[in-house]
Amino acid sequence: MDELVVQTKDLTKKYGNGDSARLAVDRVSMTVRRGEVYGFLGPNGAGKTTTLRMVLGLVRPTAGSATVLGGPAGEPGTTARIGALIEGPGFFPYLSGRDNLRTMARYRGLTDEVVDAALERVDLAGRGGDRFKSYSLGMKQRLGVAAALMGDPDVIVLDEPTNGLDPAGMADMRGLIVDLARGGQTVLLSSHLLAEVEEICDRVGVIAGGKLLVESTVSALRGGRRLRLRATPLDRALAIAMRLAGEEAVQLERGSVLVDVPPERTAEVVRALVTEGLDVHEVTVSERTLEEVFFEMTDTGRHPQAVDLDEISLEAVR
Amino acid sequence: MSATLTSPAPTTRPAGTPVTTAVLHSTRADLLRLRTWPAVWVTVGAWLTMNAMFGYVFNYVTYNSGENNFSNQGQSRADLLASILPAALPDSLPQGMPMFGGAIMMVLGAIIAGNGYGWGTWKTVLTQGPSRTSTLLGSLSATTLIVAGIVVATVVSDYLMALAVALAESQSTALPALGDTAQSVGVAFLVLEMWALAGYLLGTVARGPAVSVGLGLVWALVIENLLRGVGGSLSWVESFTHVLPGTASGSLVGQLVGVGGPDPTPGLLDTLSLDRALVTVCAYVLVLPLVTWWLVRRRDVV
Repeated sequence: MDELVVQTKDLTKKYGNGDSARLAVDRVSMTVRRGEVYGFLGPNGAGKTTTLRMVLGLVRPTAGSATVLGGPAGEPGTTARIGALIEGPGFFPYLSGRDNLRTMARYRGLTDEVVDAALERVDLAGRGGDRFKSYSLGMKQRLGVAAALMGDPDVIVLDEPTNGLDPAGMADMRGLIVDLARGGQTVLLSSHLLAEVEEICDRVGVIAGGKLLVESTVSALRGGRRLRLRATPLDRALAIAMRLAGEEAVQLERGSVLVDVPPERTAEVVRALVTEGLDVHEVTVSERTLEEVFFEMTDTGRHPQAVDLDEISLEAVR
Repeated sequence: MSATLTSPAPTTRPAGTPVTTAVLHSTRADLLRLRTWPAVWVTVGAWLTMNAMFGYVFNYVTYNSGENNFSNQGQSRADLLASILPAALPDSLPQGMPMFGGAIMMVLGAIIAGNGYGWGTWKTVLTQGPSRTSTLLGSLSATTLIVAGIVVATVVSDYLMALAVALAESQSTALPALGDTAQSVGVAFLVLEMWALAGYLLGTVARGPAVSVGLGLVWALVIENLLRGVGGSLSWVESFTHVLPGTASGSLVGQLVGVGGPDPTPGLLDTLSLDRALVTVCAYVLVLPLVTWWLVRRRDVV
């Protein structure tokens, strides 16, 4: 039985009125289960941060609702059980990292003991006495994560936590997020880094234009494995593949034919090609990356390798 | 088949964090960040310096030089000396507060509220668990404690200056009556608190310090004076000026210490009666936080 810790129902946020009204979030219904790492994906301006702000009670929805840990979003008892880093770290520039965390700990009603532990966890213990304004972007980001971790919250909401981090810092952050999930904490992660999300998230929600396009496990979203065939002549290879797997299951990409068939049918496909006198140069099992799926879904035109089958004469193929 | 999904039981406020405790947490947090903020110390320092210079140093220099200038306003040397001795503390303490002290407190309130929006710290604070109401109450409490501290520092500073003058001129170091001092301190606190709360509201409205400080200073130092000038020829404008914060605070102090002479201390007025001025200032002290609270509760934090 999976317990829902974050649930939104038709969550909507509209800014402005009349002709100038802008729908930032459009009836988003998402669910985050206890103990999972949930990746919230979307291009810039898709509505990710606005949705997260509504989940935290910082922004009031125009319509719909959001509940966290069973309570309404923004209710103090609920918010106290969430740790969050939203759209960059906001701290007092004249205070040290440690004093900033001490200040935030006091708002939470926590003692100063949690501060050093949080600094240690994000590898900032050695620079905790330095002023926040002297920190690099990556250090500021890590301090924001440290503030989110204080008091061991049940749910951690991280909006682009790897912004500004160097590759080593990003790897550390990934490790930290995985550790949090292993410790039973639920992580709701918004990120542009699709490889990162693919690596650490259990489920993802993809949002574009304010609408949640899909919510699924990463593996289900990527779909099954596909065969990548490089054979000549290409048009005949395409026709044979279509005959075996159906038109819908075949795609032309970078001079190869991609066929959606299970790997156990590899021999059958190759045999058909050879039998019909084609030269088979390469056969590999190909998996779609989350990035490819994301670009297809969000229609951002960043999937240039995919070739529409209409571009070659299907009639000739048939 | 999909797994069964359940929502957890609704949470309640964690034990041990009732609203009063949450306000105390917020007050402690705000005091921690305010007492280490150089801008607060610069503002307090500016006020204490200005108060010392205009309240004592220039008067004493004038007394010693024996010349007539802006500072003695036609007073005799004996009167001038009496006005800067410890016994005159209840009169001298609040004189500069309606205008200059008020303007500086408005700046203080505006930066306390406004900078949190520019730095994004209100957003961080509100994701830590406290409600908007307890966060605001904590911040206003911390601001009030700082204003109270400023009043105490002003009393101490004024007393030390007056004592130095008394010792230098071999005059009486007797303290004023406790009741008079308490009344003066109470009025000083009310006036400074009102302006600090006005600045806090402006900082919240503008979601930043720059515009709120600019508007606040222009209002306190220029516009109210212009309106009072226009009020001399337009009765409805005059009626309007009677409910303005500058008129109320100026009248409160003016009625307490006396406006005195043809060229009174800037900001001191006798427009309103003591009671009406007191009621108006108290009304501002109550209404300004309420308007701020209404605004903070209904607006998105972006």
